[in-house]
Formats: sequence, C-alpha cells, structure tokens
Amino acid sequence: MTTVALLLGALLAAACALYVALPFLREPAPAEDRLDQPGTLERRQLELAEERDRALAALKELEFDHRTGKVSDDDYRELVGPLRRRAAEALRALELRAESREERVRAAG
Amino acid sequence: MPELGRAALAVCLGLAVYAVVAGGFAAATRRRRLARSAQNALLAAFIASLGAAAVLLGALLRKDFSFVYVADHTSLQLPKQYTVSAFWGGQEGSLLLWLVILTGFGAAAVALNRRVETAVLAWVVPVLGLVTTFFAFMLVVVSSPFDTQPAPADGAGLNPSLQNPYMMIHPPFLYLGFVGLTIPFAFAMGALLARRTDERWIVATRRWTLFAWTALGIGQLLGAHWAYVEVGWGGYYAWDPVENAALMPWLVATAFLHSVMIQEKRGMLKVWNMLLVVLAFCLALFGTFLTRSGVVSSIHSFTQSPLGPWFLGFICLVTICSLALVFSRLPLLRAKTRLESLVSREATFLYNNLLLVALCLTILWGVAFPILSDAVGRGQITVSAPYYNFFLRVFGLPLLLLMGIGPLVAWRRASLRSLGRSFAWPAGIALATGILLLALGAGSSWVGLVAYTFSAFVLGSIGYEFARGTRARRALAGGSWSSAFAELVARNRRRYGGYVVHAAIVLLAIGVTGSSAYDSVKTQKLKPGQTMAIGDYRLTYRALVKHEGANATEYRALLDVRRRGHFLETLASGKNSYRAEQQVSNEVGIRSDYLTGEDLFVITDQINRNGSVDFKVLVKPLVNLIWLSGVLFLGGSLIALWPSAAEQRRLTARYRELRAPARA
Repeated sequence: MTTVALLLGALLAAACALYVALPFLREPAPAEDRLDQPGTLERRQLELAEERDRALAALKELEFDHRTGKVSDDDYRELVGPLRRRAAEALRALELRAESREERVRAAG
Repeated sequence: MPELGRAALAVCLGLAVYAVVAGGFAAATRRRRLARSAQNALLAAFIASLGAAAVLLGALLRKDFSFVYVADHTSLQLPKQYTVSAFWGGQEGSLLLWLVILTGFGAAAVALNRRVETAVLAWVVPVLGLVTTFFAFMLVVVSSPFDTQPAPADGAGLNPSLQNPYMMIHPPFLYLGFVGLTIPFAFAMGALLARRTDERWIVATRRWTLFAWTALGIGQLLGAHWAYVEVGWGGYYAWDPVENAALMPWLVATAFLHSVMIQEKRGMLKVWNMLLVVLAFCLALFGTFLTRSGVVSSIHSFTQSPLGPWFLGFICLVTICSLALVFSRLPLLRAKTRLESLVSREATFLYNNLLLVALCLTILWGVAFPILSDAVGRGQITVSAPYYNFFLRVFGLPLLLLMGIGPLVAWRRASLRSLGRSFAWPAGIALATGILLLALGAGSSWVGLVAYTFSAFVLGSIGYEFARGTRARRALAGGSWSSAFAELVARNRRRYGGYVVHAAIVLLAIGVTGSSAYDSVKTQKLKPGQTMAIGDYRLTYRALVKHEGANATEYRALLDVRRRGHFLETLASGKNSYRAEQQVSNEVGIRSDYLTGEDLFVITDQINRNGSVDFKVLVKPLVNLIWLSGVLFLGGSLIALWPSAAEQRRLTARYRELRAPARA
C-alpha cells in the first residue's frame, strides 16, 4: 500500500512539474517573451475610456432619475450640462488619440 | 494511504512556493513564459490539494482509524453524513478545506483572466501563491491531517453539537466567504504592484466580492439557525468571538460593495477601497485564527492548537506589507473628482461606510479585548452582550435609516424640492407605522419602535423606487406593467438586486427586534400532568420517553401545546446522550407559526430523578422573519450577481480599444 501511495505521489509530482514546465516546452525559443503590459499612452487612453464610460453612464442614470421624478427639472438642467461636456471631452480626446495612432501607423507603413 | 495525502500536500506547497518566487520574478522582469508557468503552478496546486482532500475523505468514509484525524473526529456509530462533515469538524480538516477552496478560487481566477489581463494577473499569481504557501505550510509542517497511529477499535466520535444538518453546510459557506475575500485582495495588491490603479481590478473581482459576501452572509444565517436549534439556549446570536469573526469581514465587505460604486461612478475613494479590501481579507484571516487557535473561549471553537502564533505572524505580515504597498502608491490613487454635495447618493454611501466600519471596529475591540487583557497580565476580561448591543443600536439604527434614504437621493446632488417629493411617501408610511405600533403597545421598547418605524421607511422607499422606476420604464418602452418591471430589473441588476438585499436586511432587523425586544421567557419545574402558561400558550407536560438512537440515547419530554384553548400539537423537547462521545446535548422543541412568524421554544433544562423536568420556555415573536430574510438575501444577491450582457458589451468595447478583450 505504501509503495502504491508513494508511486501515486511521485506521479502527481511529475504531472504537476510537467504542467508547470509546459509554457517552456511548447515554446522553447520564442521570438518574443515579454509580458504584454500597457505603456503610458495606453494607460492614458484607458483612463479616458473609463472617464467617457463613466460620464455616459452618469448621463443615462440622470435621464432615468429625471424621468422617475427623483431629479427635479432644475437639478436636471444644472447637472446635465457638465456631464455632457465631460463625455464630449473624453470622446474628443480618444478620437484625437485614435487619429494620431492611425497617422503613426500610416507613416510607419 | 496517508503517504499519498502527505505527498499531495507537499506537492501543493512546492507549487505554491514556485508561484510566489517564479511569479514574482516573472512579473518584475516581465517574462511571459515564466508568468504563464507560475499560473500553471497555481492551477496544479488545486489538483494537488484536491488529491489530498480525496485521501482524507476516503479515510473518513472507510472509518480508517489509523488516521489520527479520523479516530479523533468519527466513530463506528457516527452516521455517514456526519462522517463527511467531520472533514471540517476538526482543525486539520478545516484547514485542508480552506486550502482546497483557496486553490480552487485561485485556479478559477487565473483561468478566467489569463487571456484578458496579463499585467495585473502576473502580480496576482504571487500574491495568491503566498496565501496558498501559508496554508499548505500549516498542513505540511504544523498541523497535518495525515498523522497516523496504530488503529484503535473505535474513534472518539464527533462533537454532538456538530451532529446537525446545518453543520454540513454552514462551515463550507463560511469558508467560501472567508476564502473568497482572498481574490479581491490578491487583485487589489496585484493592481498596486503593477501600478495599475484603473478600474481593471474592480472589473475582474466585482463578482468574486459579491459571491464571497453572499456566501459569508448565508453562512452566518445558517450558523445562527444552527445555534438556535442545536445549542439550545433560546437565541441565535450571542456575540460570541467566533460569530463576530464572521460578522466583521462581512461588514467591511458590505462597506466595500457600496464604496466601490463611488469609485466606478465618480472615480473617487480609491485609497479607501484598497484599505477596505485589505481590512476584509485580514479580518477573514483573523476569523480563521480565532476559530482555529482556541485563543478565546467560544462555543464554536472546537479546537485548541499551536496554530495561533503562526496565524498571528501571517496576519501581521499581510497587514504591514499591504498597508505599506497602499501608502507607497498613494500618488497613483489620488482622486480627480470631489464630493459635490453632502446631500447626494455618494455622500449617503460614505456615511454608510463610516457607520459600517465603526461598527466593525467596535466589535473588533470587543473581540480583541480579552486577548489584550490577557497579554498584559490582567486575565481574559470578556466583553459581554450589553457592550455589543449598545453599539449595534448606536450604529445599526442610523444604518437602517440610511438604507431608506440612499435610494431616494440622486447622485452628485439633490435639491430640497426633489428630496421633499421623493421622501413624502416613504416618510408618510413610516410615520403611520410608528403611530400604529405605538397604539398597539410597541412603545414598551423604544429601540423596537424606532427600528420598526425605520424599517417601514426603508420598505416604503424600496417599494416607491420599484414603483416609479416601473412607471418610467413603461412610459419609455410601453408594454405591460410586468414586462416594464422585468426590464427595469434586468437593465440595472446591481441596483435592484441591491434593493432586494436591503429588503432582506429589513426583514432581518424586524425579526431580530421582534424576537429580542418583545420576547417572553419563563422557567418552571413540571411533573407529568402539570401545566404552565406563557403568553397565549398553555403547555401540559405529559410524559418522558426514552429511545435508543443510532449513536445516542434520546430522552424526550412530551408537552401538549394549546393556544387560547385550542390544541395545537404535542411538542417534544429533551436531551441526547451520545455514547461514543460521552457528551449530552440539548434537543429543543420548537413550534413555528409561519403566519405570524412567531416561535414557541421549549428547552429541557434538567430531567430530574423523580420524573419532573425543569423547562425553560420562550415565545419569540417574528423570529422566523430572520430565516425568511436569508431566502430574500440570496435572491437579491443572485439578481445582482447575474451577468449583464449590456455591461459585458461595454467593457469588451472599452478593453478592445486597448487591444484586449474584457471579462466582468
């Protein structure tokens, strides 16, 4: 019984070791072995995308709260302007970034 | 096969250490294959821990008493279902369950995120690996479930209190909750280590947190019901240190679930959210430490062990390192927006957070006080229920009120006019309820009266929110009221699922208030044929019967129960004398009235030689609402947990822009 148990244990250890080594066995000499991490530009773009989504979601929620009567007409008028401006600014900034990226790609191509 | 169990645990430990070292090195030097290899180590650790668990479960089912753990926690007479639950009935088994759930959650988190999130995940793996290393080390070196001995003829049996159906599901639920909090912690730390303080870690862990919080909440309710039917003192929550240990991380996770919405909607409270995640995880570890170390006396702590110093050391390490990391990243966590008004949804969330954390810290002080007083040589000075009850009122009642105020207030700011319009109906309902209850005599307890008035306000505000939301949705899209209602919930599951959870908390508050502020208790010695009265009930003690059960001798006093002259039923209440365990347990008699939510609760305090019995009888109004709240709580949590296709599309689009798909 002990021998069987030890054999099974050794088998488990070997299988685990094989699985852990799998990335190296599959790609013994890859052309690229760098972890994909967003750079400063991508992080800024992500911030802008979050800002845009946040503003758009807030606008949607404000519209609905206004319809339900939770937000009065006066409050709605006061709140909707800045939110629209924020969404528009984020959208514009994202578009500018997309355009400059395309230009870079075109110039490189 | 104890050798296989030991080998599986040793392999698990080795894999966890590899995940820490290789994972940390890969993340720091940005090596893709090594990072993937460390992820694989975490996945393989799950298989190894499953192997160890299978060995222990097999030994339990075979009643292989050559395993010390099996001999200590089972006996030949122990029914099969409790032989399974003996897995977590002792320290080593419950630690192994921790490890299995931890590695399972870790493997799932890695598998779900490895294709979509490489930068943060690369750092998540060593953090998860570190926690896994600690638990695997405990099991390999300090407290092994695979110690062997010459097999005795029979085992010592399982603690009778654990021989209850609730014990089959209550501990696993608590562990799902405790361990589940590791995932948001690991992602939060991973995000800080990767210097990624955007919403990515929140998106990746939102449902994990909600799941852990739900499991912890349900686990506590199951535990409360276990205490109610099994421990036999007439209550369900005694502010016991181990009960508090589960409540504290739940309170902090509740705060986090609210404040994280402020971060998502306003980009604020990033530091606060990080601190809450760290606190919730540390409290989950502290809870396990309290349960497993035997450092404080508790009816739920079934073990005394040498684990205490190890746990305390690990908790200190985690707290110091994670706080240092949060403070080192403060510049990255600075919010760009500010609170616009003190009368806004986010402000009410902030107040709720402060109250929840304050309540948690006062409970923590009460739990830690005996340990601290012992440490300074004053002996274990226990903090008793009045301390906790006082702070529950001080912080709990405003929290209850805020649950009603929050949904009525808009984000950003609210004018007096819109507030007046929103508050009119709920406030009117609350006022009418308060006056009615006062007229009915509920003024005998001012806490009860205030709690019920606030509860009416919260239910009114939730009902009002659903009603005007459905009306607005119907005006927008047309169709029937029911389809408008369904669409309302489907379009914002988190909000409306949250409201259902709020309704569950109100039911809980009503049940707790009713059964504690308006209950009646009477103790009386009865001889066969004698009668006692309590409230509208009259109980006649008929006879004492004895029955030889599978593993215990069961004594039951039979009582005829009448209410206002009508015979209701014959109730059995008594004691079990467990043969193998040489212990006696109270087996209470409970008659539930599901229409009124009231329980008649009969405890057989003492069976005397002359045939008389000392009974303790309680009438607990509305107590069944507590258990009903659990069903509603689960329903609301499931609504909030259910994936939203629209949200998924939005996130996918956002991360596709960065050349990476998303998964919520």
